Amino acid sequence: MTLPSFPPGNGPGPNFSEVLRRAGFSPFEDLGAGEPWRPAGAAPQPAGGPGGFGPYGTRAGPGLPVDVPHGTTICAVRYLDGVVMAGDRRATSGSAIAHRTMEKVHPADTHSGVAIAGAAGTAMEMVKLFQLQLEHYEKVEGQALSLEGKANQLSQMVRSNLAMAMQGFVVVPLFAGYDLRRGRGRIYTYDPTGGRYEETDYHADGSGGRDARTTIKLGFKEDMSREQGIELCVRALWQAADEDSATGGPDAIRGIYPTVATITADGFEQVPEVEVAQAFERVIRTMSSAEVSRPLVGGPPAPGREPRAGGAEHPGEGGKPRAPARDASPGAGEAQGAPGTAKRGKRP
Amino acid sequence: MTMPFYVAPEQFMKDKADFARKNIARGRPLVATVYAGGVLICSENPSRSLHKVSEIYDRIAFAGVGKYNEFDSLRVSGVQHADLKGYQFSREDVDARSLANLYARYMGNVFTHEMKPLEVEILIAEVGPRPGEDQLFHILYDGTVVDEDRFTALGGEADAISSRMSRAYRHDWSLGEALAASVRALGGQDREIQSRELEVAVLDRTNGRRAFRRILEPEVATLLGRTEPAGPPGAAAPASAGPVAASPDPAAAPGAPDDESQAGPED
Repeated sequence: MTLPSFPPGNGPGPNFSEVLRRAGFSPFEDLGAGEPWRPAGAAPQPAGGPGGFGPYGTRAGPGLPVDVPHGTTICAVRYLDGVVMAGDRRATSGSAIAHRTMEKVHPADTHSGVAIAGAAGTAMEMVKLFQLQLEHYEKVEGQALSLEGKANQLSQMVRSNLAMAMQGFVVVPLFAGYDLRRGRGRIYTYDPTGGRYEETDYHADGSGGRDARTTIKLGFKEDMSREQGIELCVRALWQAADEDSATGGPDAIRGIYPTVATITADGFEQVPEVEVAQAFERVIRTMSSAEVSRPLVGGPPAPGREPRAGGAEHPGEGGKPRAPARDASPGAGEAQGAPGTAKRGKRP
Repeated sequence: MTMPFYVAPEQFMKDKADFARKNIARGRPLVATVYAGGVLICSENPSRSLHKVSEIYDRIAFAGVGKYNEFDSLRVSGVQHADLKGYQFSREDVDARSLANLYARYMGNVFTHEMKPLEVEILIAEVGPRPGEDQLFHILYDGTVVDEDRFTALGGEADAISSRMSRAYRHDWSLGEALAASVRALGGQDREIQSRELEVAVLDRTNGRRAFRRILEPEVATLLGRTEPAGPPGAAAPASAGPVAASPDPAAAPGAPDDESQAGPED
């Protein structure tokens, strides 16, 4: 290797992707499609893939030439101190489980995080490159990018993956961070073409994203505490796993729980697994009986109801199963329940 | 037909070396030393935005004296190289020794083949996993590499600073002791450098993945055991304004702390 040296006026600047390209690496542009590099801003030519592509973040589409692992449900919720991000741990390859312990929520730099859904290999490469890009910029320029600048960088990376996306290797990241200049948490979502959209309060993506979004929508409140934010994310992932086979639920036998992280003024911080497990316990305790009851009439009570039977914590919920499940609004449930517990995102 | 004048190679090289040495000596010197917690790099630099000391990679720092634009482009090349290597292989595979060799090769090449040699001296420092495994590579304008494991001084008066440091150096000293000794070595007998005139950074073994950390003025003052009032900026200016800085901007005297940022290229 030699020391990279560029003529004055023709250097790559603080752009690490450009450094890579000049050094002969092109992590996204040339994979699969075999397309030549395009100048930034030029409209990419859609490569006629061998088949259509399914809804992004799901399992491999019918035309996908190879079975590749896919990541699934991720979400982010704004709360009082910043943003909480979470993702399940399962990766699927077709109908098989490819991985049980995949990490989908990663720190992007000290004050931002990125979560990924879609083709796992491409997504991990994108995360790695994104982390390097932010650090490279910070070192070369002497100061970090603004949060919006970081979101924009990620947008360009997603766009450069479009040719791959057309062939089924879609990557849809979710980006969130604490904006130090504005003093609040912000969330950005993307579409496969690199479109970038800022969300005000929350978002979820991936194959179970729709269920997770609904759950968060029903349970969201302004200025939630950290505990409430974590619990809402965990509840959303539970609902996603309940409805979507590609999303993994909590695995108490192996001790595998979703990845949860908070991003505040103090930076990106992973929530300990023990705390996630405790959040799950609280979610299960406050779950409606419609969700955990067994189909057989007169069967033994479902395990999830056990703690509730004699539970003094939630006296209002011990009685008839189905009726309270429908009429309790999220706000009302919060007022009755113990602090930080009853965040109901039930779907009747 | 005209023939170029013959210049003996010895003379040619000597002229280049004199040129580089003379211009490097015009800037402010810099000193680096290992301490119990890692590596300390300390320099006199009135500018807060034009840095002499910077981060290259997780455990590697860069420092330069001489012509600012030259050592800054060397710094950026180093960051690019290190990030490329870490991307291509692994973060663990990026090390100071190989980077120092690349710099040496590049600077030696420029010295031999270009009309004008680089007017810089640089330092590549790496903090090891344990005390005693830290490394300092001092690279001269002609590509000469000097490997140190205790301390090193760059720039003008380097010899005098080195001899002061060698008298003060103690094995496994604390950050405060090392900083105080470094500042005394930089200033010499008759001059005390103000905290705001210092650029201080450390490679701290306990700082997590990215060991590099800048130490800002309030912490410098605390470490030096000084309780400096904010004071009039003019008080420090006469001591600091060397011949280089004073000449280009006589009109900028009131803004003393900033005046050298305009003279950055020579610093």
